Amino acid sequence: MYEVSELKKGLKIEIDGQPCIVTDFQFSKPGKGQAIYRCKIKNLSTGTTFEKSYRSGDKVDKANLESRTFTFSYHNGDDFVFSDNDTFEEIHLTREQLGKNQYFIVEDMEVDILFHKDKALDISLPTFIEKVIAETEPGARGNTASSNVQKPARIDNGYELSVPLFINEGDLIRIDTRTGEYADRVSKA
Amino acid sequence: MTSIEKFEVRDALMQSIRAFFHSEGFIEVETPIRMKTPCMELHIDAEPSGDRWLRTSPELYHKKLLAQGARKIFEIGKCFRQGERGDRHHPEYTMLEWYRAGGDYNAMLKDVKSIVGRVTSPGVSKDWKIFTIAEIYERFAGWNPVENFDVDRFDFDMVEKIEPNLPKDAPVILMDYPAECCALARLKPNNPKVAERWELYLGGIEIANAYSELTDPVEQRARFEKWGEQRRALGKTVYPIDEEFIQCLESMPPSGGCALGIDRLLMALIGTNTLDDILPFRD
Repeated sequence: MYEVSELKKGLKIEIDGQPCIVTDFQFSKPGKGQAIYRCKIKNLSTGTTFEKSYRSGDKVDKANLESRTFTFSYHNGDDFVFSDNDTFEEIHLTREQLGKNQYFIVEDMEVDILFHKDKALDISLPTFIEKVIAETEPGARGNTASSNVQKPARIDNGYELSVPLFINEGDLIRIDTRTGEYADRVSKA
Repeated sequence: MTSIEKFEVRDALMQSIRAFFHSEGFIEVETPIRMKTPCMELHIDAEPSGDRWLRTSPELYHKKLLAQGARKIFEIGKCFRQGERGDRHHPEYTMLEWYRAGGDYNAMLKDVKSIVGRVTSPGVSKDWKIFTIAEIYERFAGWNPVENFDVDRFDFDMVEKIEPNLPKDAPVILMDYPAECCALARLKPNNPKVAERWELYLGGIEIANAYSELTDPVEQRARFEKWGEQRRALGKTVYPIDEEFIQCLESMPPSGGCALGIDRLLMALIGTNTLDDILPFRD
């Protein structure tokens, strides 16, 4: 259990059996009154957000969460199959569960999967992955190093992102998997 | 703002406030920061300091001065409250406190209007909005806490329904609190359900709290004892009652008093929602 005074942004808690994360937190104490902790909370299982207020003395359950490391092994139809690094137990995740992460998973990639009572909630990939630009319009001359102006580009699996004008087809770039955005260029084609 | 710029703004405010009080014939006092026993209130916790406590407010000493014959006094100094940390709270903060012997909460309102008028740009303080607590709760929360008090509902609704909906373009006064929220205010002589207390809000931020001061030693002791019992039930420290203070109420004249948070006032003047932008050494 957490004391409400321990609540802070990013803390994972459990409310009515649902795993949640505190996304915003405000300490309030109206004139002479009791301390009230106003939280914005996101249900990690459903993605819905809501507001909840606690007063000092209230207790909040810790989320029953466990993170385990898996390695991507193969595709099974539309599913991605990962195997537990310790137990070799396999887990199937759908494209829908993976969201845009599906475009960043490569063979033998190690990922951390967050579980709430055996249900996969979230997957963390290495922060950066390298991908080759499969398709983009040639950049205009003179825009060699400026990354302020961007243009659309596509990587081999169809994922679209914005890249600086100086990026060309065949360039190897790094993508930040947390945002899905272009990070920098690794090598020129 | 750099730390130096923050001090420049603060310095200008302090000069303006001191000029106001001196023009009104107040004297500036300094009272002890380390107290033998702090003022007991239900939800205010004092920070221990050796065999003493850091003051949560200079209130008790100021009332002792009034009992000794002081008429108009003010103090600007640090106060300390344990465990209060947030965008609008810091455990160590600067309080302006002033008292007028012979005055009441209406006299304090007149003073605070003059102070706010001096320190804000012209126009801001022209159109003050004054609501009773009963009126504002009826409007935004749909119930009347003066008629049927419910402490949890009162505090939660204040934070969730009242404060977020207060007008932000003008100074707002909430006044006539339920007797249960009297703190150290006297009850209205003709309506004991209401305490003569107001709070000032600027830009939705609570800035100041004023009372027609309670001067009845019997009633004051009863309140301290009740809060002591409630604190014990909550597992909080129960502070010894300051007997000298209770005794001084015998000779304290009817008075008005007000406490104003200087750091919060600076927030409102600069237009920020966090003390991070005000306090130069915030950690």
